[in-house]
Amino acid sequence: MEIRVLGPGCPRCQEVKKRTINALAELNVGADVQNVKDIKKISEYKVLGTPALVINGKVKASGRIPSPEDIKKWIQEEM
Amino acid sequence: MKDKWIFLIFLLTFLAAYFIPFHQATVQNAINEAFMLLQDYAREHVLLCLIPAFFIAGAISVFVSKASVIKYFGAKAKKILSYSIASVSGTILAVCSCTVLPLFAGIYTRGAGIGPATAFLYSGPAINVLAIILTAKVLGYKLGLARAIGAIFFAVIIGLIMHLLFSKEEEKNREASDFAEEEEKEPRPLWKTTLYFAVMVAILVFINWGKSSPELKVWYFIYQAKWYIGAALLAVLAWMIFRWFKKEELKEWTFSTWVFTKQILPLLFAGVLVAGFLLGRPGHEGVIPSEWIVRLVGGNSLGANLFASVAGALMYFATLTEVPILQGLLGAGMGQGPALALLLAGPALSLPNMLVIRSVIGTKKTLAFIALVVIMATITGMIYGHFFA
Repeated sequence: MEIRVLGPGCPRCQEVKKRTINALAELNVGADVQNVKDIKKISEYKVLGTPALVINGKVKASGRIPSPEDIKKWIQEEM
Repeated sequence: MKDKWIFLIFLLTFLAAYFIPFHQATVQNAINEAFMLLQDYAREHVLLCLIPAFFIAGAISVFVSKASVIKYFGAKAKKILSYSIASVSGTILAVCSCTVLPLFAGIYTRGAGIGPATAFLYSGPAINVLAIILTAKVLGYKLGLARAIGAIFFAVIIGLIMHLLFSKEEEKNREASDFAEEEEKEPRPLWKTTLYFAVMVAILVFINWGKSSPELKVWYFIYQAKWYIGAALLAVLAWMIFRWFKKEELKEWTFSTWVFTKQILPLLFAGVLVAGFLLGRPGHEGVIPSEWIVRLVGGNSLGANLFASVAGALMYFATLTEVPILQGLLGAGMGQGPALALLLAGPALSLPNMLVIRSVIGTKKTLAFIALVVIMATITGMIYGHFFA
């Protein structure tokens, strides 16, 4: 599974990454999690603002910090 | 943080500790001023102004659906609508300056092109809700209002000029594409969300109601009753929160309020200390003599306004720190016009973000944007200074 956290590195983006990694650990799932900090690359994802969470190329949340439950749900959907 | 940055901070702290002449009266006085200004902020602005403002900012980032706003930037949206939305949406979209640039890049590459994108780029940082509230509270409502209105007009005019200058090359290389995301389902009707925000803003306005002379009957009456009005509104807000929101949402709200506070408050208070040290409280002097300030940005000359806007454009202000710095400058003799010029050119531009903007829209457009901001900020500063000095 390929997970991308989009955001220029503000605290809100780091929170999304933290929640994602926690969710993966709780579900005991492995994934390739990476930050995308480059503004031009972020804009290629068609998101409505940062922080944004992209799982397997699909934009799951943008412009907000999703709840841990939502993140877990999306991970399970993409498995 | 990378180790080399930590080392740099250590080095600078060491050099400062080694070389600053702490025994001199001016320096001692300036340090005193720095902490007096900090105390002033802690006593006057934290409880009644900053804390409610952070809660509003947190609520905006959780409860305002961004999709409903951004769709107006899409390639198919009407141009007039795009510009109007771009110029005011900064209030609700860009609560912290770190969200402006990615949004700008997104709007530019996917959306309605250079015009609305630059309009948003300009207005976003200048009229975000925290900045307006603190400007009005600390620097006076006139300057706060001038900042908000100036920023909205600027945004539209700069966007239109950019569109006229560059629309030809735009046509060639822009593919019409819209945003990918579906609109999220609203968890509650729009009127409830609107009312909830209205009550929060009303609380902020009423508990900060300034004293006025007893002749202005209504104003004075509101001033006397402000705590009762505030308490009543707070009760209404509590009822709304209890009835309309799920527990989960409230947790998110508190959390995002906390994230903003954590991000902004330390920088703001560092800014207050620096401003106090360099410039002193209004009516007092820090290490920089007031005559220098008066000579550079006093009065309302073309030179003063131009200097203020160029300095503002180059300097980096962390969210909200422009307010204590301007407070210090105004106290040291800066004119009202140059102050507005700095407020209008400052938050939208800084050396680091010029580089990011350049990587998105290229050198020529970036230079045009910077020139437009500086020229317009100078002119607006002069007009404002002429009428309100």
